[in-house]
Amino acid sequence: MRPAGRRGPGGAGAGGGAGTETGGAHRSADGGANENTKRSTGTVNRLSAENVTLAYDQRVIAEKLSVEIPDNSFTVIVGPNACGKSTLLRALSRMLRPSEGRVLLDGQVIQSMPAKKVARTLGLLPQSSIAPDGITVGDLVGRGRYPHQGILRQWSAEDERIVQESMASTGVAELADRYVDELSGGQRQRVWIAMALAQQTPLLLLDEPTTYLDIQHQIDVLDLCAELHEEQGRTLVAVLHDLNHAARYATHLIALRGGEVIAEGAPKDVVTAELVERVFGLRCQVIDDPETGTPLVVPAARKARASAAAGVAEGA
Amino acid sequence: MKDPRTPGRPGASGTAEGSARAFHPRAVRTGGLSVRLDVRAATVVVLLLVAALAASVVLIGTGDFPISAGDVLATLTGNGNAGQEFIVTELRLPRVLVGLLVGASLGLGGALFQSISRNPLGSPDVLGLGQGATAGALVVIVLFSGSATAVTAGALAGGLVTGLGIYLLAWKRGVHGYRLVLVGIGVAAMLTAVNGYLITKADLVDAARAVVWMTGSLNGRDWTQVWPLLALCAVLVPLVLGKARGLRMLEMGDDVAYALGVRVERTRLLLMLAAVLLTAAATAAAGPVGFVALTAPQLARRLTRSPGPNLVPAMCMGATLLIVADWASQRAFGADQLPVGVVTGVLGGVYLLWLLVAERRAGRV
Repeated sequence: MRPAGRRGPGGAGAGGGAGTETGGAHRSADGGANENTKRSTGTVNRLSAENVTLAYDQRVIAEKLSVEIPDNSFTVIVGPNACGKSTLLRALSRMLRPSEGRVLLDGQVIQSMPAKKVARTLGLLPQSSIAPDGITVGDLVGRGRYPHQGILRQWSAEDERIVQESMASTGVAELADRYVDELSGGQRQRVWIAMALAQQTPLLLLDEPTTYLDIQHQIDVLDLCAELHEEQGRTLVAVLHDLNHAARYATHLIALRGGEVIAEGAPKDVVTAELVERVFGLRCQVIDDPETGTPLVVPAARKARASAAAGVAEGA
Repeated sequence: MKDPRTPGRPGASGTAEGSARAFHPRAVRTGGLSVRLDVRAATVVVLLLVAALAASVVLIGTGDFPISAGDVLATLTGNGNAGQEFIVTELRLPRVLVGLLVGASLGLGGALFQSISRNPLGSPDVLGLGQGATAGALVVIVLFSGSATAVTAGALAGGLVTGLGIYLLAWKRGVHGYRLVLVGIGVAAMLTAVNGYLITKADLVDAARAVVWMTGSLNGRDWTQVWPLLALCAVLVPLVLGKARGLRMLEMGDDVAYALGVRVERTRLLLMLAAVLLTAAATAAAGPVGFVALTAPQLARRLTRSPGPNLVPAMCMGATLLIVADWASQRAFGADQLPVGVVTGVLGGVYLLWLLVAERRAGRV
């Protein structure tokens, strides 16, 4: 920027003028930022991302992305592979520091907050987790209490009560003494959710909680999430692959493509044939789910898609 | 990871083994304070401490002038005769203390490294820290014909530089276990070559001195080795134990630890630095005593049957192992005939083979 300005007007006096102009531009930029802050503190949502640019090393995943997580919602983020869903979730959970912009939790920049304080407000169920060798279910769930503990308060009666409750509400209480590595995939996922619950955070983020599970256990886990949302009033944010699951369970849907929000809102407003084609590049029909009335995506048959593609080719 | 033998239904309740452990840790609580207490681990620690002290007393009594255990205890409490007093407090006690401290440091350092790398093979012996310290010592011996103190300093510096190098090479948006182990093995191989080269460059006297140092021995250790090691342990052990809870969370993966509010990279860097310091100091004091750092944490873990880094049990196990190995070598081959590093090397080699076979069966190697 600066070399260009210097080259521009030329002459000492004009150069000075350009300098003050740049100063003015800075001031107005600051004013803009203040306005943004005002707007964000005006909203009541506890978790939001403002103009974040997300990148791994040099590879930029998303630029100037802004997302609000409505309080008390079950928000689901959907989009094609590599659209930045999980990356956004990592940024929201402060595991990835945005190279620009900021993530706000309760009006504070999330990176500036003490790690344990964040961990008492916002929980995360990541995709990759390792159950240490020979750990029991109860012990693993108990580790969710870490952010509430300290060197002088290592295992209080309250910790014990909350661990019991978390195991009860995820249906793993009777597995408490079992070793985690002897459990089935579905049970293990419930145990990890129980651990995240024991953290007792009003906000809970889940990164593809249904991956690697069969359909019964997928529904099982999603039912559990809906329960946590409806009965315990927690704000849930999940990344899901299955659009139909998302449409059925979400109260708020965010559709991403190439690091941009294409649409957001209630599933019945968002999930349309046009949107699915725009986001996933898939021709389809959207009908009413006979069970729930939510939108149900039915991909077009192979022949129909092929003839449509041929039609496009002929037209061109 | 899925175990095909277990049907995985909540109704089919745990196997006898599975239900053996109570799920909740016991805790001692008074007022607002609560401290976790794992009864089994505490028992293991007490028993290991007793074993280490008993072995120490026996070791002090072993040598060209045997002293009975009763006389050793009497002398240690200030009731011995002058001759025994000299042998015990000037010659044999410092040697045993160095042994205890070196064993404890290696056990703790090994437990830290194995926990951070989430791999039993990720211990200082395998990662090349021993070789790094050796290289440092050899440089001093061969190139400068330095004094014993200079050799110690060289070993310490070599260990630290190697530790730093491994960290930097293994760092890629955080240190990951497998990467750490592979980088460490590579570094170890290169340093072994460097050490071999240094020995070929040495004249006969220096080469002999180098080879003795490289075996790892407690011979001739006196109070000048005890104090610095004791001071280092006094600082590092409480520091490390204070971070142990964060380390326990790290075992579940970086993401989970992050989500639970652990400052992952800072905790890991601090603990690795402590582990490198402990290992390098132990190696500087006694030479590269092989395999204690590899075996002690694993043996301790099998005794406590507790997940987690098991830092204190590993520390006590290391001290016990080293003293018992030293006693065994003196007992079997006569006083100061066989350096303790040979005994731990033979025992540890057998253990390493067993570990590789077991890991292979479990599909992890």
